[in-house]
Amino acid sequence: MSHLLAFDIWGGWATTLTIKTVIVLAIVPLTALLLGYIFLLKMMSHMQSRLGPMDPGGFHGWYQLLGDGIKFLQKEDIMPAEADRRVFALAPAVVVLSTFLVFVVIPAGPRMNVASLDTHGSYDGVGVFYALAVSSLSVIGVLMAGWASSNKYALMGALRAAAQLIAYELPLVLAVVGVVIQAGTMSLQGIVHFQQDGEIFGWGGIGFPLILTQFVGFALFMVAAQAELTQPPFDMPVAESELVAGYMVEYTGFRFLFFFIGEFGTAFAFAALAATMFLGGWSLPWVHGSAADVLGPFILVTKVLLVAFLMFWARFTYPRFREDQLQALAWKWLIPIALVNILLTGVLKVAF
Amino acid sequence: MKKELKGMLTGLGVTFRTMTKPAVTVQYPHEREDPTPRARGVIALKEENCTVCMLCARSCPDWCIYIEGHKEQRPPRREGGRPRSVSVLDRFDIDYALCMYCGICVEVCPFDALFWSPEFEYSEPRIAELLHDKDKLGEWMATVPEPEPLEQGAQVKGKK
Repeated sequence: MSHLLAFDIWGGWATTLTIKTVIVLAIVPLTALLLGYIFLLKMMSHMQSRLGPMDPGGFHGWYQLLGDGIKFLQKEDIMPAEADRRVFALAPAVVVLSTFLVFVVIPAGPRMNVASLDTHGSYDGVGVFYALAVSSLSVIGVLMAGWASSNKYALMGALRAAAQLIAYELPLVLAVVGVVIQAGTMSLQGIVHFQQDGEIFGWGGIGFPLILTQFVGFALFMVAAQAELTQPPFDMPVAESELVAGYMVEYTGFRFLFFFIGEFGTAFAFAALAATMFLGGWSLPWVHGSAADVLGPFILVTKVLLVAFLMFWARFTYPRFREDQLQALAWKWLIPIALVNILLTGVLKVAF
Repeated sequence: MKKELKGMLTGLGVTFRTMTKPAVTVQYPHEREDPTPRARGVIALKEENCTVCMLCARSCPDWCIYIEGHKEQRPPRREGGRPRSVSVLDRFDIDYALCMYCGICVEVCPFDALFWSPEFEYSEPRIAELLHDKDKLGEWMATVPEPEPLEQGAQVKGKK
């Protein structure tokens, strides 16, 4: 029974759990800041022939987002008189929670993830399934926010968001099925190892990044992820010309900051999922062992930034869809294409 | 369908090319973009040309020009002649908090006492300080650019 004593617990799983929690809590806002700064402030500005913030912090305005965050903390915490107070307060936390939960399974190195969901020594986990499941939790937070705000714009925005997130959940999941069939595992670590150790007709020079065969899946995943993030051209839930700010309209200060962290943290999480499943995640074919332990996170972040570039490139280029066009794209195009992709992948997997 | 896809790719190309080009922004406090010489920055007053005729003050749509003056007797030009009366300018203020930079005062001045200057850095923390008196308006004269030379073959008016 001695292993249940307090000091024993702190020598074991409790310490590890605390460290992991702190790391995830620290990393999610950091990734949100990273993407927000690189893409929202800088890349978008240059795509519009502007410079973006240049003065805060001295070097190309790197301090701008941190300053904005501090400003949000100082703001008055306003709650509408008619709001459902507890639900209103809880909603941003639910949205941000779904972001945190996705980060749990994303591997940043051969031994570096919060939980791989694998049993030791095999790749039998359900990481892909888990990540896609918890990422859709955010729709509950969005609905809560819209309903509890007692504001017609917020409610309309939340309903649009719910319709959109549910519609695009399907192509998102179906796009990944091809990867799972080919790798033969749902564990994200397993998928990474499949790509690292894989060979293209006996040549292992670049491993076997699954984007080579699953490029259709990759394209579908990117489009669906864009919609899941409610980014332009799929930003009807927060369309400012129609709904002011959609479900976020009544939120100020710290709670609004939560939505912001949720948005960009989720963007990073989806980019990391795409990088892991289609580009090989933390792995490079010639990096093994302890070198992979050290370099893994950097390789992963590089690939994530590459994928995020594609996401934000589309975000800053295209105008917003109409609501019916959005649904038509999901149900008439993405889902059938995804189904055909799964069928072809299955047939070719059996054939080869 | 093909046309739409082509359009979408063209759009991506446009944003990407814009990103690789240098931005058009001028970082104003750190680097200064010179305005064009004939820009309407501020109105300068050449005091000795002013005859207190009030045309500018009356034509101003915003009523932002304040003029006061008085008449003085000057000795006659010839022996035994009548003493001349001249108008002396006491006050000439332009309230730049009201001015809308239409330039009608500059156009209407019959004696070339008002000029456009491209200078634009005269913002003030207090709105009352945007009222420029005739000394300050006179200082702007130093920033007025020389008029451009006449075109080839233009008729030059003889000076009186």
